[in-house]
Amino acid sequence: MTTKYTEDHEWVKVDGNIATIGITAHAAEQLGDVVFVELPEIGKSFSQGDDMAVVESVKAASDVYAPVQGKVVEANSALVDAPEGVNEAPEAGGWFVRLELADPAQVEALMDEAAYKEFIAHG
Amino acid sequence: MTEALKKLPLDSLHRELGGKVVPFAGYEMPVQYPMGVKDEHLWTRAKAGLFDVSHMGQAWLVNPHGLGPQAHDWVATCLERLVPGEIKALGRGRIRYSLLLGDDGGILDDLMITRPAADDAQGELFLVVNAAVKDRDFAYLKDHLVTTNQADLTIEHDRCLLALQGPKAAAVIAAMDPDAATMPFMSMRETQLNGIDVYLSRCGYTGEDGFEISVPNTHAETIARTLLTHEDVAPIGLGARDSLRLEAGLCLYGHDMTPNESPVSAALTFAIGKRRKIEGGFLGADRILREQAQGADMIRVGIKPDGRAPAREGTSITTGNGIEIGKVTSGGFGPSVGGPIAMGYVPRSHAVPGTDVMLDIRGKLHPARVADLPFIQPGYYRGPTS
Repeated sequence: MTTKYTEDHEWVKVDGNIATIGITAHAAEQLGDVVFVELPEIGKSFSQGDDMAVVESVKAASDVYAPVQGKVVEANSALVDAPEGVNEAPEAGGWFVRLELADPAQVEALMDEAAYKEFIAHG
Repeated sequence: MTEALKKLPLDSLHRELGGKVVPFAGYEMPVQYPMGVKDEHLWTRAKAGLFDVSHMGQAWLVNPHGLGPQAHDWVATCLERLVPGEIKALGRGRIRYSLLLGDDGGILDDLMITRPAADDAQGELFLVVNAAVKDRDFAYLKDHLVTTNQADLTIEHDRCLLALQGPKAAAVIAAMDPDAATMPFMSMRETQLNGIDVYLSRCGYTGEDGFEISVPNTHAETIARTLLTHEDVAPIGLGARDSLRLEAGLCLYGHDMTPNESPVSAALTFAIGKRRKIEGGFLGADRILREQAQGADMIRVGIKPDGRAPAREGTSITTGNGIEIGKVTSGGFGPSVGGPIAMGYVPRSHAVPGTDVMLDIRGKLHPARVADLPFIQPGYYRGPTS
């Protein structure tokens, strides 16, 4: 199971036709202490690039975009009461949502880890 | 505005300390250090935080007829035309928080006015004004007081302003200047810290006990580095400065007050001196004293969201059915409160603490309540405890 990345600093891990999505460690570090997370409702569908969730740090609010098209099958409700989970483990326990994929090929087109590292170093 | 950003005299120190530098009020300013905004905030409430606020404007308003024991009344009377505070009877070595008023009584800035203690400095007033409007303030003072030969204005271009804030600040400063320990809140002394001449003021913008140190640029780095060697002192950026002052219920100029608001609508009537309320004699006095008697239409209040979602500046404050009644002017997360907090303007009818309101956050209404300010118990120095 490989992890893919977007230019908006989301990560996507696919298992079957389910994609788990969160924000990258780089994004979490840039945001600073996360104090609030707003998650979408189960069953809601998003097109690629739609506003899907909101993450707020002490400093500011940021949108989290749907990296791929899909329907929400699960949201990480633990973040609602413990938003600091995003900082503690952004690419593991701090995941945001699970989407049922509409088009798995969209995942393939995202950056791999090496490309993302290159992107944040020079982008 | 394409004007180049100015650098603070201690810019290289901030970068060496790992400060993340952002544009603010025309300066490159450290917004946070590696500790991070939340921990910097909590550090300041528990220990002592060192802030570089050298972007702020420092100036002297001076009696043009000379200095001396009798010279204070003249310059104080001249300045009282532009501020609603009691300046004539301000004690020697004391600081007053006041408001620079426009013709209609709107707030052009908030400022600290200090009367020096020394005999030969009577007739001078030390002013500290906000960075974002300092050029406008100084032009305004010149226009009203200098061109009319009422006062001279000497702007300090070569002094830094450092703030040491928090419950350990007094002990840290007293180790260099024992008399600082018992300085009253809102007082200033010309003194020395490790042999360096400074103006030491017991005041701040965090809700904590603390000091502001005005020091010549040439010696500012020595003072800053000396303070930072203390185990209780850490450098703190603008991010935590903002959350600290918001918890303390203190206004940010240009956000929580603008020329559209009067001291009454901004809930700053404590800044109007008792004698001034009777005598008037300041710009906009008719409006301000009428509002004082009758109440202003819109009033600045604290707002405590019931849930966890922060309400940022610009958020609509609404009634239960979503009709906008006001706007949030400062809002975010209060690390010491442990939740979201805000300030904003609501109609007088909704200004009583406990009033239910709603906040329109990204199109959804979130319940909130009008709250007492400050959100925290301030730690201002109230005299020796023995």
